Amino acid sequence: MKKSFSYISVGKRYSIPVLMVAGFGLFLSLIPHRSEMALTSFLNQGTTMLTVLPPIFLLLGLLDAWVPREVLIRHMGHQAGLKGGVLAFLLGSAAAGPLYGAFPIAAVLMAKGSSYRNVMIFLGAWSTTKIPMVLFEIASLGPRFALTRLGASVFGIIIIARAMEKLVPKDKQLCTMGSSSESSRQTQ
Amino acid sequence: METIFLYALVIVLFTISFFKDRAKTRAALKKAGKSIEGILPQLVVVLVLVSTILSLFDSGVISRLIGRDSGIVGFFGAALVGSVTLIPGFVAFPAAAELMAQGAGVLPIAAFVSTLMMVGILTFPMEQAYFGRTTALYRNILAFGFSLVAALVVGWVVGL
Repeated sequence: MKKSFSYISVGKRYSIPVLMVAGFGLFLSLIPHRSEMALTSFLNQGTTMLTVLPPIFLLLGLLDAWVPREVLIRHMGHQAGLKGGVLAFLLGSAAAGPLYGAFPIAAVLMAKGSSYRNVMIFLGAWSTTKIPMVLFEIASLGPRFALTRLGASVFGIIIIARAMEKLVPKDKQLCTMGSSSESSRQTQ
Repeated sequence: METIFLYALVIVLFTISFFKDRAKTRAALKKAGKSIEGILPQLVVVLVLVSTILSLFDSGVISRLIGRDSGIVGFFGAALVGSVTLIPGFVAFPAAAELMAQGAGVLPIAAFVSTLMMVGILTFPMEQAYFGRTTALYRNILAFGFSLVAALVVGWVVGL
């Protein structure tokens, strides 16, 4: 938890982004025939990020304030069993937005006591089994293509989550940024 | 469309939250603000990476990589393009359908769609910020491997 606002730590955290932006400026001026496309995608992606992320972070704030740690542990923790996995799957599938929107939510879930495996299931579901996307895929690429891929994905998500739990060392199965205000209050 | 729903949900939930408990609502807002500031540096990095790389990967390059007669190179090329790009599904699916109509194979299209959704090379800085390097690395590698398998399965079933 940050104790006080420090300009030095802000400077440190933002030094790479500032360098990147400077590099981007250089790229735009040195390779002019790419610059129009780069700027267009910069604006497009930037707009997406700025419209999709704020509501996600606001929901995450509510989740953090309203859902007690015990409840999350009970429903998505190590002891939650199959129910936890199913819940993680449903939460992820009900989502909207690109995968990077799932990272902050997954981190809060984990900080609140969800098991690592269930967090990975949540990420997997968010990435591929979102219901509106599946419907759209059926419409564009056909039911045979989309439903086979969906079936394979459901298996894949579970296999990946289990493999992660086995392969990633226990001390690395953590979230490095999703501190919950509750747990930090306890440690203070 | 999805975003409008998301905003509506936020407004409804915050209104309920506000009337039930103002202190908690304020805490939620504070948490949201702090979390956004926390990820902002990585967000900027990802944004610059995405715009630079995507300007080099224009639609011509993409369709050459995953288009017709591209064979095994196309298969892996498609999986790689999907891992790098960051396109929303409602743009990617019609584009994929268009490529297929022009004769692209089911295998590369399925590999492209799967890695597009599951693997994020350019968003890696964000993922690493939240879960650490090990988790982010393993998740992306496993998701890439799985996408290839899923593409083979889809190719097989569609070809039946």
